[in-house]
Amino acid sequence: MRRAPLRRRLALRDLLGEALAGVAARPSRLALTTLGTVVGIAALVATMGLGQTASGQISGRFDATSAVRVVVEAGEREGTDGGVKITELPWDAADRVSRLAGVAAAGTFAQVAVEGAQVRGVPVSDPGGAVEHDVPVAAGSPGLFDAVNAVLSDGRFFDAGHDGRGDPVVVLGRYAAERLGVNRVDSQPSIFIGDRPFTVIGIIDSASHRSELLDAVVLPMGTADSLYGLDAPGALEIRTELGAAQLIGSQAALAVAPNDPELLNVDVPPAPGSLRDEVSTDVNVLFLALGGLALLVGGLGIANITLLSVMERISEIGLRRAVGATRRHIANQFVVESIVIGFLGGLIGAAAGVLATVGVSMARGWTPLLDPGLAAVAPFLGALIGLVAGTYPAWRASTIEPIAALRGG
Amino acid sequence: MTPSEPFLSSVLQDEHSEPPSAGRNHEEQGEQDQGRRTVVEMIGVCRTFPGTPEVHAVRDINLTISEGEYLSIVGPSGSGKSTLLHLLGLLDRPSVGTYLLDGVDVSELSDAKRSELRGERIGFVFQAFHLLQHRSVLENVELSMLYRRIPRRERTKRARDTLDRVGLKHRVEFSPQTLSGGERQRVAIARALAAEPSLLLADEPTGNLDSGNADAVLDVFDKLHGEGLTLAVITHDDDVSTRADRRVRIADGTLTDEVAS
Repeated sequence: MRRAPLRRRLALRDLLGEALAGVAARPSRLALTTLGTVVGIAALVATMGLGQTASGQISGRFDATSAVRVVVEAGEREGTDGGVKITELPWDAADRVSRLAGVAAAGTFAQVAVEGAQVRGVPVSDPGGAVEHDVPVAAGSPGLFDAVNAVLSDGRFFDAGHDGRGDPVVVLGRYAAERLGVNRVDSQPSIFIGDRPFTVIGIIDSASHRSELLDAVVLPMGTADSLYGLDAPGALEIRTELGAAQLIGSQAALAVAPNDPELLNVDVPPAPGSLRDEVSTDVNVLFLALGGLALLVGGLGIANITLLSVMERISEIGLRRAVGATRRHIANQFVVESIVIGFLGGLIGAAAGVLATVGVSMARGWTPLLDPGLAAVAPFLGALIGLVAGTYPAWRASTIEPIAALRGG
Repeated sequence: MTPSEPFLSSVLQDEHSEPPSAGRNHEEQGEQDQGRRTVVEMIGVCRTFPGTPEVHAVRDINLTISEGEYLSIVGPSGSGKSTLLHLLGLLDRPSVGTYLLDGVDVSELSDAKRSELRGERIGFVFQAFHLLQHRSVLENVELSMLYRRIPRRERTKRARDTLDRVGLKHRVEFSPQTLSGGERQRVAIARALAAEPSLLLADEPTGNLDSGNADAVLDVFDKLHGEGLTLAVITHDDDVSTRADRRVRIADGTLTDEVAS
């Protein structure tokens, strides 16, 4: 009894052969039928491929200078006893973090309270009144300039010697220099803070961060400490090696304040991973939806044309029934035909999607990234669509009575 | 015409054949009763189509075809010829009556079982040929063996042999579209023969052919008949029917035997 069903089932090779011959009979129609599936699968593969590619790149938003900046600031925290614990950055905070692997430059920064003293360019008391300016005064360690990528238009930065001795020298920010009427330093101009003279040794043209430096008169930390009694640096600027920001961010607090690392606020750039997610999701949702829609249309196209094909091939169906095909044989053939069409569409679509991914990557100068599994699965997704789309036409074909089918031409 | 062939009347055969019973196996019977085995036995077959009024396409058909017989069924259009063909070819079921094909009662079989039996026992030749346009002549002939458990290699070999038998050896790889009508019909005959049927059913086989091609096709039938094939040709054309060694006439759904001239 077990042989009976075996006997009625067509060998897979024969079934495939008949289906392929049926599909290949009208090549131009085949091309049209697969079009929807091709577009849908291509859209899906390209969307996912481009999503993967884009998230593999350092995106435009992820600019290289902010990716290497870590800022440590003194913070405060409520203690267990209800009191507020405050910490200060140590004077040598920059030296402490410089020992960490991955730190390219580090320097401290502070705002200096000058007790109401005005900053003036000339020591003359103008009888007419006012050449006084409200120029802010800041202090920095020698490493600060390198850490914020400061560029001089003239002169030089102060160094560890100036800092250690508390020399009365200043570096002017570009806008501060304009307001104070200083445009060159080779004549060793002086400015006055209150009544104290300071020699201007350099003028900063630009800096990538801490743009307040451009408005300020910058003293060495040691000078600010000895003359104005600065308590502690306000912030520590660190420029890391490319890619080391996350690591330094996790180590800096401990290096600066081993006793109370959690009291420091460490500001690090967002991890690349979180950026990736943003890039992928907003692009992908739209294109996946479009791809899905194209697939739906593609499936309907296959169903429609297979149904048309069934109606055209009524006489063939009749003949096959006459030579011994059962309803199941007929249904199987049409289902397999539409699976083949879907598979072909998926295959072409996957190829087109991979090409699109590579093409866009080339145009944008990206490294194309694509999960090979995605390209491998796509034809089978096409085949699945073919299976679903072919079911109804195949059922219709199987209900055709051979008598009706063989009548006439 | 082959007047030398022994003529067996249906009445005589009824007496000789065993009474119909469900368990009878045609192969056993074939071995016991070689040469005079009954291929087709229809007893009191009617086919009515529902409607108002109900249409009696054929009524009370009693027909026996024995192995090796060349029978023609003649009748004008609308006489029930096509219905009889469909009944004989297992394409339709009788409303009333019994139909034994090779001794197997086919009236009650399932659709799938009837399809299988049809593929094994019946070879069809249609007026409109019904060849697959996009397949080669060889593939068209192989088609009749596709739904049977015959290995691919064997199918090809038998298709080639059969094409040789109908004189189309030189057309094996051709497309049917390039063949003449007569050649197409011979391809169709080869297709029917390749499956080695018990009965070859031809429905107006020369209806679409000119007289020259029709004669060629009928000559093939004569040759096959000479080789022992059981043939039933349904036609309205007296020229075609006179080739057979036995003629029955159908009119208004009723069958009448005609003595062969």
